[in-house]
Amino acid sequence: MSIEVDEVKKIAKLAALNVDDADLQSYATNLSNILDLVAQMDAVDTTGVTPMSHPFDAVQRLREDKVTEVDRREAFQKIAPNTEDGLYLVPKVIE
Amino acid sequence: MSNEWEVVIGLEIHAQLATKSKIFSGASTAYGAEPNTQTSVVDIALPGVLPVLNKEAVHMAVKFGMAIGAEVSDRSVFDRKNYFYPDLPKGYQISQFELPVVGEGSIDIKLENGDTKTIGVTRAHLEEDAGKSLHEDYAGMTGIDLNRAGTPLLEIVSEPDMRSAKEAVAYMKKIHTLVQYIGICDGNMQEGSFRCDANVSVRPKGQEAFGTRAELKNINSFRFVERAINIEVERQIDLIEDGGEVVQETRLYDSDKNETRSMRSKEEAMDYRYFPDPDLLPVILTEEYRQQVKAELPELPEQKQQRFMDELGLSDYDASVITASLGLASYFEIVAEKTGDAKLSANWITGELSARLNREEIEIDKAAVDAEAFALLLTRIKDNTISGKIAKDVLDAMWNGEGSADEVIESKGLKQITDTGAIEAYVDEVITNNPSQFEELKGGKDKMMGFFVGQVMKMSKGKANPAQVNELIRNKMK
Repeated sequence: MSIEVDEVKKIAKLAALNVDDADLQSYATNLSNILDLVAQMDAVDTTGVTPMSHPFDAVQRLREDKVTEVDRREAFQKIAPNTEDGLYLVPKVIE
Repeated sequence: MSNEWEVVIGLEIHAQLATKSKIFSGASTAYGAEPNTQTSVVDIALPGVLPVLNKEAVHMAVKFGMAIGAEVSDRSVFDRKNYFYPDLPKGYQISQFELPVVGEGSIDIKLENGDTKTIGVTRAHLEEDAGKSLHEDYAGMTGIDLNRAGTPLLEIVSEPDMRSAKEAVAYMKKIHTLVQYIGICDGNMQEGSFRCDANVSVRPKGQEAFGTRAELKNINSFRFVERAINIEVERQIDLIEDGGEVVQETRLYDSDKNETRSMRSKEEAMDYRYFPDPDLLPVILTEEYRQQVKAELPELPEQKQQRFMDELGLSDYDASVITASLGLASYFEIVAEKTGDAKLSANWITGELSARLNREEIEIDKAAVDAEAFALLLTRIKDNTISGKIAKDVLDAMWNGEGSADEVIESKGLKQITDTGAIEAYVDEVITNNPSQFEELKGGKDKMMGFFVGQVMKMSKGKANPAQVNELIRNKMK
């Protein structure tokens, strides 16, 4: 399976990554190679095997529903670039 | 609406789960706090933190699954749904994709013609809510409040089984009632605890393939769901009939203008690239646990309705109206128990009480008269202290905060006259003043009875007992 340069651009955009035009072709080749590897593994018969969702053979521990956190807004907002009235300010996201 | 088109609707309902803390952190979920005062390192996505799943959120999702007779999976997995938006600090939302907690189930709705229709529930999955973006007043910047980020949501996805806006509303109301009955969501739509997205498409009648759908986002009232769907259906039909094509996109309903408009085209940006979240392990639920949750379920709306009919003798209609809201059903149960008269209680609750709630557009929990006070009012009808007619005036006064039923009856002097002598005097007076009508009555014109009773009631300012008046007039005829 092969990935084209256009797809690399699209994926980069979705992931908000800035990829140099000069590197696009090598990304396309490397990603295609990874997909080829996956395609090879597809040949293995996995009938009856539960898909692995996590490398650890363990199950999720659950937390009791209790409020354990206190207000730490001041500390958190010290490292934010811009705040006002307790809000984090970011570049406008709608027109 | 044109007859040649069939409307196809599926709903995605987001029910905010009524946990105390967030789904993956110990921060509070209480509504209305100062911005960003209920956030933890997990909610604001500082590097190196780990989400830990809230047991109660899982419990509530399972409750929902058992209540709709759905498959509740023994193994479910959390995934990352990737997209960038400032109110989602991680750059992904933790949700469930392939293996949701709740699988296929169904809900029965009642159609306007009285028929029952089964609506398929495809799945219900757990996920975290995002924060809130405030777009005004910050010098060209957007303000972000992350208090809501990480609040547990149950997203309930229906099959595209609904064929009209009315059906969609009936389904949404049914779910709304259910989640409150089982105590997993407060159902508060104004605060955004219960909201829905509607997938709407049209197709020529008889065609099997679905048309292209538009997704209407974040509709937070029953009235708007109906209006938004209807206006979107109209738009799609007009578009197609004019030779155009519906594009798959997200649209926003503007209730002021009563129109939907495009938010963003889905084709380009919206590839969420789901994958299992490596920060969370699979959730394993045993059959024993599922059965235990099932056994703990409270009485469900349909069961309550049936009981009200079987044990308390309510009509199908009264029972369904009263059980449509858990608050109203509880109110009714108190009133019925205190008065010992379920039918009288049902009449007054579906009639006078509901009328007042509707007029003020409030829910039962905001009613100005509580169940005990309401029961006392009905007791005063039953023990003949007041007539039903006077009771309405007493209720108005109680509603205005003028005191209990007894206090109002006392202060306004509304007590029914039971003194036969006093009523008889009124009767005599009316007969004297209307001799020809009385002759007609005696001559067998029974309609005249209404006139005489009415006149006597008027003279007594409604305080005479109509049955007693009736009897006295009959005695005079002999």
